[in-house]
Amino acid sequence: MTFINYASREINCKIVYYGPGLGGKTTNLQYIYDTSAAQQKGKLISLATETERTLFFDFLPLELGTVRGFKARFHLYTVPGQVFYDASRKLILKGVDGVVFVADSQRERMDANLESLSNLEENLKSHGYDFSKIPYALQLNKRDLPDILSVEELKRELIRKDEPIIEAVAPKGVGVFETLKAVAKQVLTDLRKSAGAS
Amino acid sequence: MPEATMIMYEEEYQQIKTILSKLRTDANSKMVFLIDKNGQQIASHGDIGNLDTTSLASLTAGNVAATDALARLIGEKEFPVLSHEGERDNIHTSVVGGRVILVVIFDERSSLGLVRLRVKRASAELNEAFERIVNKAEQEKAGGAKRNTPFTEISDDDIDRLFSDDSL
Ligand SMILES: Nc1nc2c(ncn2[C@@H]2O[C@H](COP(=O)(O)OP(=O)(O)OP(=O)(O)O)[C@@H](O)[C@H]2O)c(=O)[nH]1
Ligand SMILES: [Mg+2]
Repeated sequence: MTFINYASREINCKIVYYGPGLGGKTTNLQYIYDTSAAQQKGKLISLATETERTLFFDFLPLELGTVRGFKARFHLYTVPGQVFYDASRKLILKGVDGVVFVADSQRERMDANLESLSNLEENLKSHGYDFSKIPYALQLNKRDLPDILSVEELKRELIRKDEPIIEAVAPKGVGVFETLKAVAKQVLTDLRKSAGAS
Repeated sequence: MPEATMIMYEEEYQQIKTILSKLRTDANSKMVFLIDKNGQQIASHGDIGNLDTTSLASLTAGNVAATDALARLIGEKEFPVLSHEGERDNIHTSVVGGRVILVVIFDERSSLGLVRLRVKRASAELNEAFERIVNKAEQEKAGGAKRNTPFTEISDDDIDRLFSDDSL
Protein backbone atom coordinates (compact mmCIF):
# COMPACT_ATOMS: atom_id res chain seq x y z
CA MET A 1 0.00 0.00 0.00
CA THR A 2 1.58 3.22 -1.10
CA PHE A 3 1.38 5.84 1.60
CA ILE A 4 1.26 9.42 0.37
CA ASN A 5 1.74 12.00 3.09
CA TYR A 6 0.92 15.52 1.95
CA ALA A 7 1.93 16.96 5.29
CA SER A 8 5.50 15.66 5.17
CA ARG A 9 5.53 15.48 1.35
CA GLU A 10 6.62 11.86 1.15
CA ILE A 11 5.64 8.84 -0.89
CA ASN A 12 6.38 5.52 0.81
CA CYS A 13 6.38 2.28 -1.14
CA LYS A 14 7.05 -1.28 -0.01
CA ILE A 15 9.10 -3.68 -2.10
CA VAL A 16 9.55 -7.31 -1.11
CA TYR A 17 12.38 -9.63 -2.22
CA TYR A 18 11.04 -13.18 -2.50
CA GLY A 19 12.66 -16.45 -3.51
CA PRO A 20 14.09 -19.78 -2.34
CA GLY A 21 16.36 -20.12 0.68
CA LEU A 22 20.01 -19.12 0.09
CA GLY A 23 19.07 -17.58 -3.26
CA GLY A 24 20.64 -14.21 -2.44
CA LYS A 25 17.79 -11.97 -1.23
CA THR A 26 19.64 -10.70 1.84
CA THR A 27 22.78 -10.25 -0.27
CA ASN A 28 20.85 -7.89 -2.59
CA LEU A 29 19.88 -5.67 0.34
CA GLN A 30 23.33 -5.86 1.84
CA TYR A 31 24.88 -4.67 -1.42
CA ILE A 32 22.40 -1.80 -1.74
CA TYR A 33 23.13 -0.83 1.85
CA ASP A 34 26.91 -1.01 1.42
CA THR A 35 26.97 1.11 -1.71
CA SER A 36 24.34 3.80 -1.19
CA ALA A 37 25.19 7.21 0.17
CA ALA A 38 24.70 7.73 3.90
CA GLN A 39 21.98 10.36 3.48
CA GLN A 40 19.96 8.03 1.23
CA LYS A 41 19.65 5.09 3.55
CA GLY A 42 18.52 4.15 7.01
CA LYS A 43 19.73 1.21 9.07
CA LEU A 44 19.70 -2.27 7.63
CA ILE A 45 17.79 -4.43 10.06
CA SER A 46 18.25 -8.18 9.83
CA LEU A 47 16.24 -10.55 11.95
CA ALA A 48 18.35 -13.61 11.30
CA THR A 49 19.37 -16.90 12.88
CA GLU A 50 22.88 -17.42 14.21
CA THR A 51 23.81 -18.95 10.88
CA GLU A 52 22.69 -15.81 9.04
CA ARG A 53 19.55 -17.29 7.57
CA THR A 54 16.70 -14.80 7.53
CA LEU A 55 14.35 -15.61 10.39
CA PHE A 56 11.64 -12.99 9.96
CA PHE A 57 12.77 -10.23 7.59
CA ASP A 58 15.52 -7.85 6.54
CA PHE A 59 14.50 -4.23 6.22
CA LEU A 60 16.22 -1.33 4.49
CA PRO A 61 14.66 2.12 4.02
CA LEU A 62 16.05 3.88 0.98
CA GLU A 63 15.38 7.36 -0.32
CA LEU A 64 15.81 7.62 -4.05
CA GLY A 65 15.17 11.32 -4.60
CA THR A 66 12.14 13.49 -5.26
CA VAL A 67 9.26 13.11 -7.69
CA ARG A 68 7.06 16.16 -8.22
CA GLY A 69 8.26 17.66 -4.94
CA PHE A 70 7.65 14.48 -2.94
CA LYS A 71 10.44 12.44 -1.39
CA ALA A 72 10.30 8.95 -2.87
CA ARG A 73 11.08 6.48 -0.10
CA PHE A 74 11.28 2.77 -0.72
CA HIS A 75 11.01 0.26 2.10
CA LEU A 76 12.86 -2.86 1.01
CA TYR A 77 12.08 -6.15 2.75
CA THR A 78 13.29 -9.70 2.26
CA VAL A 79 11.32 -12.75 3.33
CA PRO A 80 12.83 -15.89 4.88
CA GLY A 81 13.19 -18.34 2.01
CA GLN A 82 13.24 -21.58 3.95
CA VAL A 83 10.04 -23.49 3.27
CA PHE A 84 8.89 -23.85 6.87
CA TYR A 85 8.81 -20.09 7.49
CA ASP A 86 5.69 -19.67 5.39
CA ALA A 87 3.63 -17.96 8.09
CA SER A 88 6.25 -15.21 8.37
CA ARG A 89 6.52 -14.84 4.60
CA LYS A 90 2.82 -14.23 4.36
CA LEU A 91 3.00 -11.46 6.97
CA ILE A 92 5.78 -9.61 5.14
CA LEU A 93 3.82 -9.59 1.88
CA LYS A 94 0.99 -7.60 3.42
CA GLY A 95 0.70 -4.16 1.88
CA VAL A 96 3.36 -4.83 -0.74
CA ASP A 97 3.63 -2.50 -3.75
CA GLY A 98 6.18 -4.44 -5.78
CA VAL A 99 7.92 -7.84 -5.73
CA VAL A 100 11.37 -8.99 -6.80
CA PHE A 101 11.81 -12.73 -7.26
CA VAL A 102 15.43 -13.72 -6.68
CA ALA A 103 15.92 -17.05 -8.47
CA ASP A 104 18.96 -19.26 -7.86
CA SER A 105 20.49 -20.19 -11.23
CA GLN A 106 22.09 -23.41 -9.97
CA ARG A 107 20.73 -26.51 -11.65
CA GLU A 108 20.06 -28.25 -8.32
CA ARG A 109 17.93 -25.28 -7.10
CA MET A 110 15.41 -25.30 -9.94
CA ASP A 111 12.80 -27.19 -7.93
CA ALA A 112 13.27 -24.79 -5.04
CA ASN A 113 12.72 -21.86 -7.41
CA LEU A 114 9.51 -23.34 -8.72
CA GLU A 115 8.21 -24.15 -5.27
CA SER A 116 8.95 -20.65 -4.03
CA LEU A 117 7.38 -19.02 -7.06
CA SER A 118 4.14 -20.93 -6.69
CA ASN A 119 4.21 -20.13 -2.97
CA LEU A 120 4.50 -16.44 -3.90
CA GLU A 121 1.50 -16.64 -6.22
CA GLU A 122 -0.51 -18.37 -3.52
CA ASN A 123 0.41 -15.93 -0.78
CA LEU A 124 -0.31 -12.91 -2.96
CA LYS A 125 -3.70 -14.36 -3.75
CA SER A 126 -4.44 -14.91 -0.08
CA HIS A 127 -3.93 -11.16 0.45
CA GLY A 128 -6.23 -10.43 -2.48
CA TYR A 129 -3.52 -9.39 -4.95
CA ASP A 130 -3.65 -10.18 -8.63
CA PHE A 131 -0.18 -11.46 -9.53
CA SER A 132 -0.67 -10.51 -13.15
CA LYS A 133 -1.05 -6.85 -12.19
CA ILE A 134 1.47 -6.34 -9.41
CA PRO A 135 4.79 -4.61 -10.22
CA TYR A 136 7.28 -7.45 -10.53
CA ALA A 137 10.82 -8.26 -11.66
CA LEU A 138 12.62 -11.59 -12.05
CA GLN A 139 16.29 -11.71 -11.05
CA LEU A 140 18.41 -14.65 -12.18
CA ASN A 141 21.09 -14.67 -9.49
CA LYS A 142 24.37 -16.54 -9.02
CA ARG A 143 25.39 -16.28 -12.68
CA ASP A 144 29.03 -16.68 -11.54
CA LEU A 145 28.68 -20.26 -10.31
CA PRO A 146 29.79 -23.31 -12.32
CA ASP A 147 26.79 -25.65 -12.53
CA ILE A 148 24.07 -23.24 -13.59
CA LEU A 149 21.21 -23.44 -16.06
CA SER A 150 21.27 -21.24 -19.14
CA VAL A 151 19.20 -18.08 -19.13
CA GLU A 152 16.94 -19.63 -21.76
CA GLU A 153 16.26 -22.68 -19.59
CA LEU A 154 15.51 -20.54 -16.57
CA LYS A 155 13.22 -18.27 -18.53
CA ARG A 156 11.28 -21.18 -19.92
CA GLU A 157 10.39 -22.32 -16.40
CA LEU A 158 10.15 -19.09 -14.45
CA ILE A 159 8.58 -16.43 -16.64
CA ARG A 160 5.02 -15.72 -15.58
CA LYS A 161 4.11 -12.59 -17.49
CA ASP A 162 5.99 -9.85 -19.32
CA GLU A 163 8.29 -9.18 -16.36
CA PRO A 164 11.75 -7.64 -16.75
CA ILE A 165 14.50 -10.26 -16.33
CA ILE A 166 17.85 -9.32 -14.86
CA GLU A 167 20.96 -11.50 -14.62
CA ALA A 168 22.83 -10.97 -11.37
CA VAL A 169 25.79 -11.76 -9.18
CA ALA A 170 24.50 -10.20 -5.99
CA PRO A 171 27.66 -10.13 -3.84
CA LYS A 172 29.45 -8.27 -6.65
CA GLY A 173 26.50 -5.98 -7.23
CA VAL A 174 25.98 -7.16 -10.80
CA GLY A 175 22.32 -6.58 -11.64
CA VAL A 176 21.36 -5.47 -8.13
CA PHE A 177 20.41 -1.85 -8.81
CA GLU A 178 19.04 -2.73 -12.24
CA THR A 179 16.61 -5.07 -10.52
CA LEU A 180 15.52 -2.48 -7.97
CA LYS A 181 15.10 0.07 -10.69
CA ALA A 182 13.02 -2.30 -12.83
CA VAL A 183 10.48 -2.83 -10.06
CA ALA A 184 10.52 0.72 -8.63
CA LYS A 185 9.71 2.11 -12.06
CA GLN A 186 6.62 -0.04 -12.28
CA VAL A 187 5.51 1.02 -8.79
CA LEU A 188 5.76 4.71 -9.68
CA THR A 189 4.04 4.16 -13.00
CA ASP A 190 1.18 2.46 -11.13
CA LEU A 191 0.97 5.44 -8.82
CA ARG A 192 0.45 7.70 -11.80
CA LYS A 193 -2.31 5.45 -13.10
CA SER A 194 -4.11 5.17 -9.76
CA ALA A 195 -3.78 8.90 -9.10
CA GLY A 196 -5.62 9.48 -12.34
CA ALA A 197 -8.33 6.98 -11.49
CA SER A 198 -9.28 7.80 -7.91
CA MET B 1 -5.74 -5.07 -5.51
CA PRO B 2 -6.59 -5.16 -1.80
CA GLU B 3 -5.56 -1.87 -0.25
CA ALA B 4 -5.43 1.22 -2.36
CA THR B 5 -3.16 4.09 -1.61
CA MET B 6 -3.47 5.73 1.76
CA ILE B 7 -3.47 9.48 1.54
CA MET B 8 -2.90 11.78 4.49
CA TYR B 9 -3.76 15.45 4.04
CA GLU B 10 -2.55 18.36 6.10
CA GLU B 11 -5.86 18.83 7.93
CA GLU B 12 -6.16 15.28 9.25
CA TYR B 13 -2.46 15.18 9.96
CA GLN B 14 -2.77 18.20 12.25
CA GLN B 15 -5.74 16.63 14.07
CA ILE B 16 -3.75 13.48 14.63
CA LYS B 17 -0.69 15.40 15.80
CA THR B 18 -2.86 17.24 18.33
CA ILE B 19 -4.23 13.99 19.73
CA LEU B 20 -0.72 12.53 20.03
CA SER B 21 0.64 15.63 21.70
CA LYS B 22 -2.15 15.58 24.25
CA LEU B 23 -1.62 11.88 24.91
CA ARG B 24 2.06 12.41 25.51
CA THR B 25 1.42 15.10 28.09
CA ASP B 26 -1.53 13.41 29.78
CA ALA B 27 0.28 10.08 30.06
CA ASN B 28 3.51 11.69 31.29
CA SER B 29 5.32 9.75 28.62
CA LYS B 30 8.51 10.39 26.67
CA MET B 31 7.36 9.72 23.12
CA VAL B 32 4.33 8.56 21.22
CA PHE B 33 4.19 7.15 17.70
CA LEU B 34 1.47 6.28 15.27
CA ILE B 35 2.43 3.62 12.73
CA ASP B 36 0.44 1.92 10.01
CA LYS B 37 0.18 -1.85 10.09
CA ASN B 38 2.63 -2.14 7.21
CA GLY B 39 5.38 -0.44 9.16
CA GLN B 40 5.25 3.12 7.91
CA GLN B 41 5.34 5.89 10.44
CA ILE B 42 2.32 8.20 10.29
CA ALA B 43 3.17 10.69 13.02
CA SER B 44 5.12 11.03 16.23
CA HIS B 45 5.41 13.34 19.19
CA GLY B 46 7.92 13.90 21.95
CA ASP B 47 11.63 14.04 22.47
CA ILE B 48 12.74 11.70 19.68
CA GLY B 49 16.42 12.63 19.93
CA ASN B 50 18.43 10.38 17.64
CA LEU B 51 16.14 7.39 17.97
CA ASP B 52 15.88 5.53 14.66
CA THR B 53 12.14 5.97 14.14
CA THR B 54 12.03 4.23 10.77
CA SER B 55 13.41 1.04 12.29
CA LEU B 56 11.10 1.44 15.26
CA ALA B 57 8.11 1.57 12.90
CA SER B 58 9.14 -1.45 10.90
CA LEU B 59 10.00 -3.61 13.92
CA THR B 60 6.80 -2.63 15.70
CA ALA B 61 4.69 -3.59 12.70
CA GLY B 62 6.54 -6.91 12.42
CA ASN B 63 5.99 -7.53 16.10
CA VAL B 64 2.27 -6.76 15.90
CA ALA B 65 1.84 -8.85 12.75
CA ALA B 66 3.55 -11.84 14.39
CA THR B 67 1.51 -11.43 17.56
CA ASP B 68 -1.74 -11.21 15.58
CA ALA B 69 -0.84 -14.38 13.73
CA LEU B 70 -0.07 -16.08 17.05
CA ALA B 71 -3.44 -15.01 18.40
CA ARG B 72 -5.30 -16.48 15.44
CA LEU B 73 -3.29 -19.68 15.78
CA ILE B 74 -4.74 -20.31 19.22
CA GLY B 75 -8.20 -19.10 18.26
CA GLU B 76 -8.07 -15.54 19.60
CA LYS B 77 -9.07 -12.62 17.41
CA GLU B 78 -6.10 -10.56 18.56
CA PHE B 79 -3.99 -9.56 21.54
CA PRO B 80 -4.89 -5.89 21.52
CA VAL B 81 -2.08 -4.71 23.78
CA LEU B 82 1.63 -5.53 23.86
CA SER B 83 3.68 -4.23 26.69
CA HIS B 84 7.43 -4.46 27.25
CA GLU B 85 9.10 -3.54 30.48
CA GLY B 86 12.73 -2.50 30.58
CA GLU B 87 15.05 -1.38 33.34
CA ARG B 88 14.47 2.28 32.56
CA ASP B 89 12.09 2.56 29.64
CA ASN B 90 8.92 0.75 28.80
CA ILE B 91 6.92 0.37 25.61
CA HIS B 92 3.14 0.14 25.41
CA THR B 93 1.82 -0.92 22.01
CA SER B 94 -1.84 -1.11 21.02
CA VAL B 95 -3.84 -1.42 17.83
CA VAL B 96 -6.36 1.33 17.16
CA GLY B 97 -9.53 0.47 15.26
CA GLY B 98 -7.84 -2.56 13.71
CA ARG B 99 -6.03 -0.12 11.45
CA VAL B 100 -3.07 1.63 13.02
CA ILE B 101 -0.61 1.01 15.82
CA LEU B 102 -0.14 3.38 18.73
CA VAL B 103 3.17 3.19 20.60
CA VAL B 104 3.89 4.96 23.89
CA ILE B 105 7.38 5.00 25.40
CA PHE B 106 7.52 5.93 29.06
CA ASP B 107 9.78 5.73 32.13
CA GLU B 108 9.38 5.87 35.91
CA ARG B 109 7.74 9.29 35.73
CA SER B 110 4.63 7.49 34.52
CA SER B 111 3.02 4.11 35.12
CA LEU B 112 1.44 1.36 33.09
CA GLY B 113 -1.95 2.14 34.65
CA LEU B 114 -1.85 5.79 33.67
CA VAL B 115 -0.61 5.02 30.16
CA ARG B 116 -3.35 2.47 29.68
CA LEU B 117 -6.01 4.91 30.80
CA ARG B 118 -4.83 7.72 28.54
CA VAL B 119 -4.29 5.43 25.57
CA LYS B 120 -7.88 4.33 25.81
CA ARG B 121 -9.16 7.86 25.43
CA ALA B 122 -6.72 8.80 22.69
CA SER B 123 -7.62 5.62 20.80
CA ALA B 124 -11.26 6.63 20.61
CA GLU B 125 -10.28 10.03 19.24
CA LEU B 126 -7.81 8.58 16.77
CA ASN B 127 -10.38 6.11 15.60
CA GLU B 128 -12.78 8.96 14.84
CA ALA B 129 -10.07 10.80 12.95
CA PHE B 130 -9.38 7.76 10.79
CA GLU B 131 -13.08 7.22 10.17
CA ARG B 132 -13.15 10.74 8.78
CA ILE B 133 -10.17 10.02 6.54
CA VAL B 134 -11.83 6.88 5.20
CA ASN B 135 -15.19 8.59 4.71
CA LYS B 136 -13.57 11.43 2.87
CA ALA B 137 -11.86 9.03 0.51
CA GLU B 138 -15.09 7.11 -0.07
CA GLN B 139 -17.17 10.20 -0.68
CA GLU B 140 -14.72 11.38 -3.27
CA LYS B 141 -14.79 8.01 -4.92
CA ALA B 142 -18.59 7.89 -4.95
CA GLY B 143 -18.78 11.39 -6.34
CA GLY B 144 -16.45 10.27 -9.08
CA ALA B 145 -14.39 13.36 -8.47
CA LYS B 146 -10.90 13.21 -9.83
CA ARG B 147 -8.65 14.72 -7.27
CA ASN B 148 -5.89 16.67 -8.81
CA THR B 149 -2.84 14.95 -7.39
CA PRO B 150 0.65 15.81 -8.48
CA PHE B 151 1.10 12.19 -9.47
CA THR B 152 -1.18 12.20 -12.48
CA GLU B 153 1.59 14.26 -14.01
CA ILE B 154 4.51 11.95 -13.27
CA SER B 155 6.43 11.59 -16.48
CA ASP B 156 8.81 8.88 -17.61
CA ASP B 157 11.54 11.49 -17.28
CA ASP B 158 10.66 12.05 -13.61
CA ILE B 159 11.05 8.34 -12.99
CA ASP B 160 14.29 8.06 -14.93
CA ARG B 161 15.74 11.02 -13.07
CA LEU B 162 15.28 9.20 -9.75
CA PHE B 163 17.73 6.59 -10.92
CA SER B 164 20.15 8.82 -12.70
CA ASP B 165 22.46 9.73 -9.84
CA ASP B 166 25.80 8.05 -9.38
CA SER B 167 24.90 5.34 -6.91
CA LEU B 168 22.28 3.86 -9.18
N1 LIG C 1 28.69 -17.16 -5.76
C1 LIG C 1 27.60 -16.47 -5.41
N2 LIG C 1 27.14 -16.53 -4.17
C2 LIG C 1 26.03 -15.83 -3.85
C3 LIG C 1 25.35 -15.03 -4.80
N3 LIG C 1 24.30 -14.46 -4.17
C4 LIG C 1 24.31 -14.87 -2.90
N4 LIG C 1 25.37 -15.70 -2.68
C5 LIG C 1 25.73 -16.36 -1.42
O1 LIG C 1 24.69 -17.25 -1.05
C6 LIG C 1 24.53 -17.32 0.36
C7 LIG C 1 23.09 -17.05 0.75
O2 LIG C 1 22.73 -15.74 0.41
P1 LIG C 1 21.60 -14.94 1.20
O3 LIG C 1 21.54 -13.59 0.60
O4 LIG C 1 21.81 -15.02 2.66
O5 LIG C 1 20.32 -15.79 0.81
P2 LIG C 1 18.79 -15.54 1.18
O6 LIG C 1 18.03 -15.64 -0.09
O7 LIG C 1 18.65 -14.30 1.96
O8 LIG C 1 18.47 -16.83 2.09
P3 LIG C 1 17.35 -17.00 3.25
O9 LIG C 1 17.52 -15.87 4.19
O10 LIG C 1 17.57 -18.31 3.88
O11 LIG C 1 16.04 -16.97 2.54
C8 LIG C 1 25.51 -16.32 0.93
O12 LIG C 1 26.64 -16.99 1.35
C9 LIG C 1 25.81 -15.40 -0.25
O13 LIG C 1 27.10 -14.85 -0.17
C10 LIG C 1 25.86 -15.00 -6.15
O14 LIG C 1 25.35 -14.34 -7.04
N5 LIG C 1 26.99 -15.73 -6.38
MG1 LIG D 1 17.95 -13.89 3.80
